[in-house]
Amino acid sequence: VAGELLSDEGYRADGRRPTELRKVRARMGVFAQADGSAYIEQGNTKALAVVYGPHEMRGSRSKALPDRALVNCQYSMATFSTGERRRRPHGDRQAGELALHLRQTFEAAILTDLYPRSQIDIYVQILQADGGNYCAGVNAATLAVMDAGIPMRDYVCASSAGLADATPLADLSSPEESAGGPQLVLALLPASGQVALLQLSARLHQERLEPVLEAAMAACRATHALLDSVVREQLRQGCGALGD
Amino acid sequence: QVWQIRLDLHLLNHDGNITDAASIAGIVALCHFRRPDVAVQGEEVTVYTPEERDPVPLSIHHIPICVSFAFFQQGTYLLVDPSEREECVMDGVLVIAMNKHQEICTIQSSGGIMLVKDQVLRCSKITAVKVAEITELIQKALENDQKVRKEGGKFGFAESIPNQKITAFKMESAAVDTSNVEEQAEEIIAKADPPSEVFAKPILHTPGTAQIGEGIENSWGELEESEKEEAVEEEGESEEAPASDCQKMETEETSTMKETNKDEPIVLSDSEEEEVVILEPQELPRRTR
Repeated sequence: VAGELLSDEGYRADGRRPTELRKVRARMGVFAQADGSAYIEQGNTKALAVVYGPHEMRGSRSKALPDRALVNCQYSMATFSTGERRRRPHGDRQAGELALHLRQTFEAAILTDLYPRSQIDIYVQILQADGGNYCAGVNAATLAVMDAGIPMRDYVCASSAGLADATPLADLSSPEESAGGPQLVLALLPASGQVALLQLSARLHQERLEPVLEAAMAACRATHALLDSVVREQLRQGCGALGD
Repeated sequence: QVWQIRLDLHLLNHDGNITDAASIAGIVALCHFRRPDVAVQGEEVTVYTPEERDPVPLSIHHIPICVSFAFFQQGTYLLVDPSEREECVMDGVLVIAMNKHQEICTIQSSGGIMLVKDQVLRCSKITAVKVAEITELIQKALENDQKVRKEGGKFGFAESIPNQKITAFKMESAAVDTSNVEEQAEEIIAKADPPSEVFAKPILHTPGTAQIGEGIENSWGELEESEKEEAVEEEGESEEAPASDCQKMETEETSTMKETNKDEPIVLSDSEEEEVVILEPQELPRRTR
């Protein structure tokens, strides 16, 4: 397994260094209709996030919370996102679980106390899945929530990390994920260093946990810097347009 | 051709932290399981019955055990193995699965809790300790079972339930000092007021409702006015002559209600089938509205 992931000179299968992230391209405000939207590309993984809200509770009014907003999330993978056509974009158990994680993460990050009895909808769609799908989804959702103007405690940046023998790898691509080594998915609030979500699958020795965690956190911080620059650029353009 | 194994988990009692219990139960069941022995020669496959050859255990590479941690007050407090009450009020839970070689098999944080890296590392160290204990317990139990089976003793689920375990819900009896009870009891009885008179006769207000004793002010009588027209035929409690037919009762019901003296004891017939009258379609009483 280690041999496949990392060559002798220390290069990964796609030519990256172990701690190097894939190229990130992001854009906010891609849709005019929705309150907030964002599109992100991490390498070949493409994710789209759309935010509606805060608005009045749709559906059952009885579920409205008297002191804060309800965050409603959906995680969907397009039928053309994977090598073989996916039957069910959402509604399967995995998508449901990821949607639940999304909801818990953003409920903790968004200042929901400011919008009692209302609802915020976050829809994440994965257009192309090439590793780090959930992470791209979270990053896109952060940008979309910012685009919608909903106040948050901090950015929510997510990244995956793995291990090749003793070297931690940051931002796994699809072949690296299916190689069978340990995979860690981490969602971080960079300013406070708090972990909103932590998931590890496949075996990892306890002593290796810290380096992999550290690598994932570093990757999240790097992602944060990138997302921050995108937001500032968007803001600059918006202010420039207003000024003229 | 392959073997297919199915693991069914039944939860008998939920007192918190079913994840851990379920993980232990699952892996021990798999370790304990024996499958029929198979011999393959070229294309021929012979499956031996348990009588012919001893069944063979599954090849278990390692024994992963889950340990759950409940967090309270934004990570200030941490509880290992939360009980049901603790789970109701926790902020979130962190589950770490590890085997005895200190390899982490999975980590899952859920509930929207914010963790710090040090907390996660500390939890993994605690997990290592717990898993070592539990794995030893499991090994002992498996060895014990194997030994007992070989020696021909009693084994199985029924034997593993002594009085204090699994499905027995037993409260320990507490000792009570009854030395002076008689004197105290006589004292209390002498000082107490005599009990009030007990009304044994039931009082009928409307068909289907009866009152025994005084109770509070009965407001069923008020409801009766609006509901009497919608009242479906009841197997009438015999206030009047038993020979009255149903049609008559329906229209007369309203008038007889007012005539009935509330305190007059009314005999409720035990058998409600005495007064069953079969209606012909044309005899159906018209309801006055």
